[in-house]
Amino acid sequence: MTDPLLAVRNLSVTYPGDDGDVRAVRNVSFTLGRERLGIVGESGSGKSTTGRAIMGLVGHPGRIEADELRLGATDLRGLSERGFRRLRGQRIAMVLQDPKYSLDPVMSVGQQIAETHRSHLRSSHRDARRAALEMLQAVHIRDPERVYTMYPHQVSGGMGQRVMIAMMLIAGPDILIADEPTSALDVTVQTQVLAILDELVRSRGMGLILISHNLHLVSSFCDRVLVMYAGQVLETCVAGKLSEAKHPYTRGLLAALPQLGHRRAELPQLQRDPAWMADLA
Amino acid sequence: MITLDGVTITYGSGARAVAAVRDLTLSVAEGEAVGLVGESGSGKSTVLRAIAGLIPYAAGEITLAGRRVDRRRTTAERKMAQMVFQDPYGSLHPNQTVDQILALPVAIHRLDRGETRIVQALAEVGLGAEHRYRYPHQLSGGQRQRVAIARALILEPRILLLDEPTSALDVSVQAEILNLLSRLRRDHGLTLLMVSHDLAVIAHLCERIGVMSRGQLLEITTATAMANNQVTHDYTRELLRSNAGFDRSSAASAELDVVAG
Repeated sequence: MTDPLLAVRNLSVTYPGDDGDVRAVRNVSFTLGRERLGIVGESGSGKSTTGRAIMGLVGHPGRIEADELRLGATDLRGLSERGFRRLRGQRIAMVLQDPKYSLDPVMSVGQQIAETHRSHLRSSHRDARRAALEMLQAVHIRDPERVYTMYPHQVSGGMGQRVMIAMMLIAGPDILIADEPTSALDVTVQTQVLAILDELVRSRGMGLILISHNLHLVSSFCDRVLVMYAGQVLETCVAGKLSEAKHPYTRGLLAALPQLGHRRAELPQLQRDPAWMADLA
Repeated sequence: MITLDGVTITYGSGARAVAAVRDLTLSVAEGEAVGLVGESGSGKSTVLRAIAGLIPYAAGEITLAGRRVDRRRTTAERKMAQMVFQDPYGSLHPNQTVDQILALPVAIHRLDRGETRIVQALAEVGLGAEHRYRYPHQLSGGQRQRVAIARALILEPRILLLDEPTSALDVSVQAEILNLLSRLRRDHGLTLLMVSHDLAVIAHLCERIGVMSRGQLLEITTATAMANNQVTHDYTRELLRSNAGFDRSSAASAELDVVAG
């Protein structure tokens, strides 16, 4: 990879706590090209914090340190809030888990999408509206004119998440960070939302970071997978070969998953090795 | 042990009544484990709540151990079927210690030997004496779900109703809870009725699986048949496909038209 969209080297996020600092992310390094990168891990492994750090969303008193944190040619280290506001939406965007909480409840979904267009591209109301309708069509909403006027409580979870994707992609970012984008949705709807995400990310040549706790989903959707534990990346695998993962943690997680058609009297329980907590880098 | 005969459950009344479950017939033998899968809003949790006596049913008949039960139940009927909820963060009283949480059902049912029962219930679910005087916020998600299971078990029920018991938990913790549930089932000869959206979890614990959609039971199949793809309904097939993870080829060919609204 000659020119990565995103380069992260030795990223650490620290929160001060009563009993000393809590190191939520420890020395995480990776690069992202025009590909789909998955980050898996259990709760508290630092996967979401990594995503938030890239977006500049780690608030006070959290501290971000990195040897390199670069979005294209822009150095994200020490970038001001104003600087980040210019990047978010236009260069890098984020889709969160539950559309119920991430959409403004008192504004129609169409207006929210159009607002994003106006504020980033300084477009007129009419252009923004047209762009929003096109974007709704792009996320396979059949009657964009009608959905444009609907409020978040009137749309289903799957449609809400498609609206979120439309809103995030309207300003044409290079990178999309999707943090558990389908965990709040029914399994059958999940597939549809992922297919739309896949289609748009490919056709626009974007980079995607998919953060999830679901091993099956990440290994079937992404190109590469980072496995995180206690704030560190334990291993990086080719997604299709996650089943050949080497690290005992990844193997333990895979073994602990119940499998359809392979019934075991007892599921092997993950034995956590204190050595996994030690600093790797 | 559990039979539902033509059960219809409605929410609301008059013109605004919504039938959440329509004409559902299902029977679970003693010691059997049956699972219900389906999308959200398919009525699977509603079925559990009606069996537990938390909500009334409009038509049909529910019998537990051969006796017809309704919303009004005797203490013995309540004791027989106990429920474990999805979210251990929401189903335990935040201002009560584990000890108080477990002592309440003992007091309500006027059981003797409260002290011994609490110690025993904690040991059953793999918690030690050190957890007894803690508050829920001092426990991990998996430990809380163990407390919720202990609260159900302390009444020595014959039926355990499980509503997504592991979906709020991490994979490694889920395995521990599933192992615990299979051990308790074996040791106590419990009858299980479990609801989940995760086919693999259901198939791990249950022999028979009912597939629900829009308030109706589409089919009852077995874990083995599911694994071998021997299912009759299109909806079940779709569920199976979605559970297998993301498949680029099938996702591209699949219809992307979710009904608007």
